[in-house]
Amino acid sequence: MAEDKKYWQSVEELKGSSVVEALSKKEFVNEIPTDAFLGDKETLENSSTSRRDFLKYVGFSTAAASLAACEGSVRKSIPYVIKPDDITVGVADWYATTVADGFDFANVLVKTREGRPILVMPNKEASGATNARVQASVLSLYDSQLRVKEPSKGDSEILWADADKEIGTKLEELKTANKPVVLLTGTLASPSTDKIIAEFIAKYPNIKHVVYDAISESGTLDAFEAMYGKRALPNYHFDKAGVIVSFGADFLGDWQGGFGKSYAAGRKASEGKMSYHVQFEANMSLTGANADKRINAKPSEQVFGLLNLYNAITGANVPSKATSFDAEIKKVAASLQKAGTKGVVVAGINDKNAQLIALAINKALNSEVIDVNNTLNIRKGNDAEVAQLVADMNAGKVNGLITFNVNPLYSLANAAAYKSGIEKLELSVAMTEQNDMSANEMQYMLPMSHFLESWGDVLISEGNYGLMQPTIQPLFNTRQLQDVLLTWTGNTTKYYDYIKEFWSAEVLEGASWNKTLHDGFFTKENTATVTANDISMSEVATTLVASTKPSQYELNLYTSTALGDGKLANNPWLQELPDPITRAAWDNYLTVSMADAAELGFSNPVKDNGAINGNYANVTVNGVTIEDIPVMVQPGQAKGSVGLALGYGRFYGLKDEMYVGVNAYPFLMDGNNVQYNVSIEKTSGMHKFACTQVQSTIAGRHEILKEATLAQVLHKDPKDHKNGWNKPVIVSYDHNEVEGQTVDLWAEHNREIGHHFNLSIDLTSCTGCGACVVACHAENNVPVVGKHEVRVGRDMHWLRIDRYYSSKVNKREDAVAQGLSGGDLFEVLENPAENPTVAFQPMMCQHCNHAPCETVCPVAATSHGRQGQNQMAYNRCVGTRYCANNCPYRVRRFNWFNYSNNEEFDFNMNNDYGKMVLNPDVVVRSRGVMEKCSMCIQMTQATILEAKKQGSAVKANEFETACSSACSTGAMVFGDINNKEDEVAKLKEDKRAFYVLDAVGTKPNVVYQVKVTNTNEA
Amino acid sequence: MKDTKTIVCNMKSVALHHRLTTVLLKSFTILLLLSINFSAQAQDIDEARQKEGKKIFKSLCAACHKLDKKLVGPALGKIEERRENDWLKSWIKDNAAFRKSGDADANAIFDEYGGASMTAFPQLTDTDIDNILYYTTVGEIKKATANNAGGEAPVKKEAPKWLIYILAAAIITAFLIIISLLKVIGELKGAPENEGGLSNLSGIWKAINENTFLKVLGVIFGLLVSAYFTFGTLFQVGVDQGYQPIQPISFSHKIHAGDNKIDCQYCHSSAKHSKTSGIPSVNVCMNCHKNISEVAEDTKIELDGVTYGKDYLDKEIKKVYNAVGWDEETLKYTGEIKPVKWIRVHNLQDFVYYNHSQHVTVAGLKCQKCHGPVEEMDEVYQYSPLTMGWCIDCHKATKVDLKGNDYYKKIHEQLSKKYGVDKVTIAQLGGKECGKCHY
Repeated sequence: MAEDKKYWQSVEELKGSSVVEALSKKEFVNEIPTDAFLGDKETLENSSTSRRDFLKYVGFSTAAASLAACEGSVRKSIPYVIKPDDITVGVADWYATTVADGFDFANVLVKTREGRPILVMPNKEASGATNARVQASVLSLYDSQLRVKEPSKGDSEILWADADKEIGTKLEELKTANKPVVLLTGTLASPSTDKIIAEFIAKYPNIKHVVYDAISESGTLDAFEAMYGKRALPNYHFDKAGVIVSFGADFLGDWQGGFGKSYAAGRKASEGKMSYHVQFEANMSLTGANADKRINAKPSEQVFGLLNLYNAITGANVPSKATSFDAEIKKVAASLQKAGTKGVVVAGINDKNAQLIALAINKALNSEVIDVNNTLNIRKGNDAEVAQLVADMNAGKVNGLITFNVNPLYSLANAAAYKSGIEKLELSVAMTEQNDMSANEMQYMLPMSHFLESWGDVLISEGNYGLMQPTIQPLFNTRQLQDVLLTWTGNTTKYYDYIKEFWSAEVLEGASWNKTLHDGFFTKENTATVTANDISMSEVATTLVASTKPSQYELNLYTSTALGDGKLANNPWLQELPDPITRAAWDNYLTVSMADAAELGFSNPVKDNGAINGNYANVTVNGVTIEDIPVMVQPGQAKGSVGLALGYGRFYGLKDEMYVGVNAYPFLMDGNNVQYNVSIEKTSGMHKFACTQVQSTIAGRHEILKEATLAQVLHKDPKDHKNGWNKPVIVSYDHNEVEGQTVDLWAEHNREIGHHFNLSIDLTSCTGCGACVVACHAENNVPVVGKHEVRVGRDMHWLRIDRYYSSKVNKREDAVAQGLSGGDLFEVLENPAENPTVAFQPMMCQHCNHAPCETVCPVAATSHGRQGQNQMAYNRCVGTRYCANNCPYRVRRFNWFNYSNNEEFDFNMNNDYGKMVLNPDVVVRSRGVMEKCSMCIQMTQATILEAKKQGSAVKANEFETACSSACSTGAMVFGDINNKEDEVAKLKEDKRAFYVLDAVGTKPNVVYQVKVTNTNEA
Repeated sequence: MKDTKTIVCNMKSVALHHRLTTVLLKSFTILLLLSINFSAQAQDIDEARQKEGKKIFKSLCAACHKLDKKLVGPALGKIEERRENDWLKSWIKDNAAFRKSGDADANAIFDEYGGASMTAFPQLTDTDIDNILYYTTVGEIKKATANNAGGEAPVKKEAPKWLIYILAAAIITAFLIIISLLKVIGELKGAPENEGGLSNLSGIWKAINENTFLKVLGVIFGLLVSAYFTFGTLFQVGVDQGYQPIQPISFSHKIHAGDNKIDCQYCHSSAKHSKTSGIPSVNVCMNCHKNISEVAEDTKIELDGVTYGKDYLDKEIKKVYNAVGWDEETLKYTGEIKPVKWIRVHNLQDFVYYNHSQHVTVAGLKCQKCHGPVEEMDEVYQYSPLTMGWCIDCHKATKVDLKGNDYYKKIHEQLSKKYGVDKVTIAQLGGKECGKCHY
């Protein structure tokens, strides 16, 4: 099966575009950018500089440069005056803390060097999982551009003490006059802060606390409250699931915080335990891309599908409508019923009634996957209260507003009403980390500390407490929310003492505070249970059907893997992270199905430099129009639906480079991520995407990845000549057919002495989340190059996640075998891109034992180490780029420019604050040298040195790379294959193990595990 | 004699440099004579008692007390004029018990010094205490001539460069004179006055000029020589061996590591844990300099060919106090700190990863192996070239002793078998691979 599969990365490639064909022959899509300094031919000819002059200049500048090089600069070294006890200069300290920024919540470990946090990693002991944004959050700490540095009143700075006094007086005044004040925050999920707010409100009873999430789960919260009497999110244990059915819920992405870790834990093909996952969705999401079966369903059809499933499972007959996939719903219902308590249904639409139906199905299944007792606290936003607040402000019913880290002027659909509301206020205070648009409209702007500078506690789910501790002194004149509120309440306790007191009284049950702080988390059994109320589902269904208004085009708003709700829009690492599906960075766009694109006249032509362009469209939803949204034709987009990512299009306070995309929040009316009544109109002009999908084509090597079904993996011999699903390459040697691995052009090195590092990547567990890409950026000082450079194929990612599309059906026989006939058969053969299957393949230097790059380097700058790493000596490299041309994996990156201390690349490496995030153990590369994945040699060397110092052997599974430590799903496992105890030593011998392009004979040290899909519709 | 020359603090031989000691020994006889004279002059002082008292004072009291200055405890010079002898004895033997007995003065002085309790010295006999007190009363015995002898002691110095030039010029001149003299002698002996030497030279030149082969050979030779020197010169670019910047504080490693034998890693404590050896933070200086506010009389250092003495060095200690914010009057930290901006002597390029702990802790190397005789340097200079060739040469040559380190057990067994050697070199262990130092 796998061998017959044809992989493609873009629609153009599938169609056999000549441009793509030409591109596949070039390693670098661009020639050396000589134009920049030579100019065009005409200018050159008109130039008065003769060849002689040129030589004179060259001679002079060479002489000048050599003279200048003779004198070394004087370098100062400034030690601590009083060195803190726990810092040894040059040795990293790790602290356990918890991320909670209102959108992302995670237990993490923070690496600090000389008191500077430089890396965030998941706290695996606390079963913490990090996504790309959490990994990148450390860079936002150093965002000197966007962070607020001093308290201000209007346009002038004010002292904290004065601000406290003035605001206190005003609050007293409002209290005496009994004028309502609202405290508007995002989701805090902090028990101690809740108490502080309660005390604050006790002092000022005229204050009301309203929770506002830019991307809310109000629908689920309301539904859960209606059914279980508690405003919280149910938790899901997908690791226990047998059958997962999702209607548009991107639960591997950001839906209700993301469940990638437990999902992957439930899909261990080698152990024979694998859930069956069906996804009905409109946009091609990360979750849909990982599903065993993905069915295109526009949002309104998802709703009817959900209702039909409810009817099928419960035998009820609530109102609904027919959909194009009713047959599939029947099959799915049968699977769910067979799975019984191991089945689960989730729905992504932020609508109370739809969520009630999903809860009811899970209740009917008696699902053990959904956990209604240990609920999640990470979304508390209440859309109704926020809408009421805006109305009240305008009506003069609310006279004061204190906000904390929210930006409604950007993220509220009716931002104009909010703005007119705050102009009517008597007191408006913004406590904010970021100098954003909303904060600037307020009377007072008070700078808040970053989570890496703060104390705090987080109750992510019931019973799972996390502690937040500062890892650096505040960089600016900031305070944290809790300290401010304590001061305003008149409580002189420091928050640190307060939280300590609070924890020993309410949480710790006698456990040690110091140990808990060291661990970063505390688990407590939660014995509280909830019981379900009886709700008339037919009423719910009637309302739901009435509110679902199928239209020609329906909009499904989503959050991108990179930017999420847009809070971190000024973070260059995230902007440069390509979307896992479209592989476009630095942009959001309207995703349109191929059929609709053909109808509306949209296309994505590939330019000869490998970049793709797109048309613009004006989109109107319920009378609100956003103009000139770039259009991306997306395989797998349901016909009649379009998708648009939130979180982009911020401009206030951001660097010019970061002002990309369009703001889609005006479409998020009533907080609903699904909008009907959409009209699309093509406009003129072409948009330039920074899209990496076409740039490294696979040049017809379709064996680049291997897929198999669960049944095959469990029951078939992988190497079977005919039915094998992981067949080795067979070559002819001495006129005999032998396995390709046994034939060698070079003499084999002895690899049994010392360590031999291997990285195993399980394509089944890899969800494509991109956390590893950002972790690699942070650990290895990988530069950010900006939108234009990414567009022309000069991105510097050492680690990229390739996304391959393929179709289930390539040949007529396959289609017939699947029982298709007539129109279906025609359609499936005609248009393989309508709903392709997707596979992700993290790709980095393969550290080949027989590396093609090493043999062609004229200066021996790249060489092989005994420990299996392909080493790159930057100071030796002269930049011929032969190595990149000879690399079959296209993983070598060339420094076309100096990316540090260069005004042209004004990202974190051109900024004193931003440079504080650099890893001091890895050099910042300069212009003109090749670089690539080093297999984190600085980390393996550090582990070895530690063992040497302790005089003991390295323990099993002690070696790590940045990507493998960041991987929450366990897809990436790193280790020493010469230590038989190491997990990777077993994985290397696993029956699913294969090497990418092993026919080339490079013998890589990165081993992949065949991607397994579960096709048993059981 | 030597004892009288030491020292304001309780450390061994702070003041006397090695060289100075030699000089002093040489002039021992003279000094002995002089001192006898002085003993005669200073008859009213019982030198033996003073010496005994001073010895005990230095070993037990000097950490907290000085004669003329408040330190941790009060100044003790002429203490007997202020306190009764019995009172002092009770206090010294067990001040805690004495205070408990309710003595008002004892409790007052205890409170005055912030409740810092003094160690009890029950082991001291009354005679001992009397000797100490005698020493506090008479103080140091001034030995004017001895001081002069020390002061006049010539400090051995390297010959200055101008001297070498003059010598060279003198030699050349002498050589020329000898030649002309020989010539004159020859002439006087009656040899014909011709242009022999000169004509011979031009003859050779003429021969070369006419022979193409020799000409080509000459050119090739010339080119090779110049290429050799050009290459050699260019390779020295960026190699800063001998770099000896003047530091903001004239810290002498010779005084600290040499004369006082302070372990390198007492101050550079991160060398055993970290990639960097660490420039000590000023609070480490204060571990000792809280008590040592001035150097001994004859302490000298030499910077850039100039010798500096006590006056200069005491000011340097003040710079430390200034940096860390130490008020010498109140003996308290003011909290005002000013970081010291040292000038980096060893500048390794940032594309090289070097780890001190690997070499210090694992390999057990002495600091001097790379940094040279730092304990003899008043001002530190870069001893080694710090070039890659220099690193690699050592890695190739050094055989590693891996006994007692379980990490190496297996790999050493395998490697020694592979290479057929008893002890493997660092290079054989992989210490020559690019990626071990470049990432």
